[in-house]
Amino acid sequence: MISTELVDLSRLQFAVTALYHFLFVPLTLGMTFMLVIMESTYVITGQQIYKDMTRFWGKLFGINFALGVTTGLTMEFQFGTNWAYYSHYVGDIFGAPLAIEGLMAFFLESTFIGLFFFGWDKLSKGEHLLVTILTAIGSNLSALWILIANGWMQDPIGAEFSYTTMRMEMTNFWEVMLNPTAQAKFVHTVSAGYVTASLFVLGISSWYLLKGRDIEFARRSFRVAAAFGFASSLSVIVLGDESGYTLSESQQTKLAAMEAMWHTEPAPAGFNLIAIPNEATQSNDYELQIPYVMGIIGTRSFTKEIPGIAEIKEKNRTRIQSGILAVTAMEALRRDKNDDDAKTQFEAHKADLGYGLLLKKYTQDVAQATPAMVQQAVDSTVPRVAPMFWSFRVMVVLGFAFALLFTLSLYYTLRDTFLKQRWLLRWAVLMIPTPWIAAEFGWFVAEYGRQPWTIYGVLPTHLSASSLSVESLYGSLSGFVLFYTGLLIIEMYLMVKFARKGPGSLGTGRYYADQTAK
Amino acid sequence: MLDYETLKLIWWVLVGALLLGFAIMDGHDMGVGTLLPFAGKTDVERRIMINTVGPHWDGNQVWFITAGGAIFAAWPLVYATAFSGFYWAMLAVLWALFFRPVGFDYRSKIESPVWRKTWDWGLFVGGFVPPVIFGVAFGNLLQGVPFHFDNDLRSFYTGTFWALLNPFALLTGLVSSAMITAHGANYLMIRTEGDVYRRVRSASLIFGTLTLVLFAAAGVWLKDIPGFVITSAIDPNALPNPLDKTVVMQAGAWMQNYSLYPATQLVPTIGFAGGLLALIAAKFHKPLIAFVGTSLSMLGIIGTAGVSLFPFIMPSSSDPRSSLTVWDSVSSQLTLGLMLGATVIFLPLIIVYTSWAYKKMSGKVTAAFIHANDKSAY
Repeated sequence: MISTELVDLSRLQFAVTALYHFLFVPLTLGMTFMLVIMESTYVITGQQIYKDMTRFWGKLFGINFALGVTTGLTMEFQFGTNWAYYSHYVGDIFGAPLAIEGLMAFFLESTFIGLFFFGWDKLSKGEHLLVTILTAIGSNLSALWILIANGWMQDPIGAEFSYTTMRMEMTNFWEVMLNPTAQAKFVHTVSAGYVTASLFVLGISSWYLLKGRDIEFARRSFRVAAAFGFASSLSVIVLGDESGYTLSESQQTKLAAMEAMWHTEPAPAGFNLIAIPNEATQSNDYELQIPYVMGIIGTRSFTKEIPGIAEIKEKNRTRIQSGILAVTAMEALRRDKNDDDAKTQFEAHKADLGYGLLLKKYTQDVAQATPAMVQQAVDSTVPRVAPMFWSFRVMVVLGFAFALLFTLSLYYTLRDTFLKQRWLLRWAVLMIPTPWIAAEFGWFVAEYGRQPWTIYGVLPTHLSASSLSVESLYGSLSGFVLFYTGLLIIEMYLMVKFARKGPGSLGTGRYYADQTAK
Repeated sequence: MLDYETLKLIWWVLVGALLLGFAIMDGHDMGVGTLLPFAGKTDVERRIMINTVGPHWDGNQVWFITAGGAIFAAWPLVYATAFSGFYWAMLAVLWALFFRPVGFDYRSKIESPVWRKTWDWGLFVGGFVPPVIFGVAFGNLLQGVPFHFDNDLRSFYTGTFWALLNPFALLTGLVSSAMITAHGANYLMIRTEGDVYRRVRSASLIFGTLTLVLFAAAGVWLKDIPGFVITSAIDPNALPNPLDKTVVMQAGAWMQNYSLYPATQLVPTIGFAGGLLALIAAKFHKPLIAFVGTSLSMLGIIGTAGVSLFPFIMPSSSDPRSSLTVWDSVSSQLTLGLMLGATVIFLPLIIVYTSWAYKKMSGKVTAAFIHANDKSAY
């Protein structure tokens, strides 16, 4: 039997490797499009400075991209290495978008990124621009397929369990591909990437402006970033995961947890601006509420109720009890597939099979589960509230801060006085790291909020892990942490070095660092 | 829609094709990595070698990632069982591969010789280790791997990492390494001149010869390694369930396909003929033909492992009925059909634009090029 320690270590390893990977993804998603904008301007106007911008920002992008590729390798393989039962159980559905991602998107991105860096002298202007565009499309399509796979983990539609093959099987690919949860995640995630890249360019450009160097270069970069960032920061808020809230049960559970809504409130529910959630009493020790707001955001209506944690748990209790019957029927069918009684029972309860499997954490024979075990399982169906509540708020506050920063930046760009607003430039520099913080918290809300499931309502996390030894996990986890941290330090060192050097690092003789070097 | 049996067979061929694509494309980068510290004596020479694959290594690496994704989608049980069973071997491959993206991109960004030499060895590890481990993995598949399933189809691997490093598997690891090194040398012959060209040509001749000798030795040894046979009736259209069959170990079983279907003898023959072609071409300074030769040779060598094992993919030595075969490790008919559609559409496109990329970047990488692009080249 799989031990809790093993599962926890496997989760920790996944979280560490995914969070590291996600440090490099957002910049890639957004930067490729900013490079398209800069290079298009170069091709249209013929001004050399836009080519230099494309090359310099491309250079910083490349430093980041190398680690994105490195940490991305792990992601493709650790479902097999560490989540073997998961891979078997849902590979029929989950594997397909990953493979299509490779074929459709990753090949495109990776083949052309090489030409982006090496093709300046070997391609015509038009060809090179096409290469940059294809790289951007490739990286964003890549995110689309990954989020289709991830969206299916949150909202597993278009699939059915088969007791003959003992796994989930795809019944409708279009449902999986057009899953509203996946689409909402996609637009939200790529917008967040665009914000990250915009702030990166905005912040570094502001630093040059504050230092009074490479002014022409930094001014133009600042403008591109302000415009692109303004549009992106609005879309990241509007297209936030909000759009998916009422659609699926996983979202309802997450919503209740991240709003610390212990009980269903009369519609429209209020929004807890601040609260101190208390797991023990299942209530908030303190809350500061804005009336009506939550109900309106969450349901887009004044009359629909948003279910609270207690109500969600009670509904899940019924499903767990029904799930026990599904599991026992499934096990009978595994022994004898012609058992007609078991077939009838299975058909009646199969929608709750996953809920029955939750009990496997506490007992092998779920038919013998005690009321205490059922209670444990019921309680586990809602993630811990405080981490969800606060992570969500950090993300949202930062989201609004980005919108404010970009609105001001665009305003002063349009009035063409941003060079004089030193306070704004300083702000932009200070805020460089914040999109990454928001992205990491966003990942946490989405994935921690999915617990105790790997596939919501279908496969509990506890059953998903590979049957490895705890020692192996300690070894590999330390290896990953050491390796990644070492690489991250090197990456940061190079990034800072080249950002400080600025466009002079291109060695064209036209920029600040070229002058000081002489 | 195609029937299930046909789809299962097509996917056996397609996974093989993706692995071959990986060996030919990512293989030549890895060969370059393996040769880097030895065939490049100066910094400029090493930069020449690195820049021959500079624009392409990332695209080539996607063959590896896509092959992984395709195995996940088409053979979920193989993906789950092999990757978790070979845990430390997989991690060794991953960790070795980590050195490549950063090695390529970061190495020449700083002038310090220590920095650059360190990354050169990183690129060596990233090029040398993965092919050896893949070869070792095939050697173990041919001997059977100790794993079993419980009734819920959860897999349990009962061997150790060190047991993977047995003599036969080490031999197949060397076959793989020699083959990739020769292939990389042939690629370098196309793209370099002068001293580097001279050195990699010698490497091509040495490792090309070595590949053929080791491959022959492995073939002779394989005759003595007991293979596996399915003893229950096979219904190729059945829903996949690996526990639904009986399997025994049998001496000489890996040779059966060659006598049952004599046309398959062509596969190892191509392995030898391609290798010979490469040697002759390298001898007469025809690097492009040599590259085609090692590519054919890889088709033959990887194909030989596949044909010998067929219909097995991952036989179990400790619980033979748990063995994974092309009939019972696959995903559903719908997924196989869908994935086939995606492959038929995208694979030709990939081949077209990859060829365009190579065409645009063709020509010798020279010392003059490195000096002219000191800041932007790898």
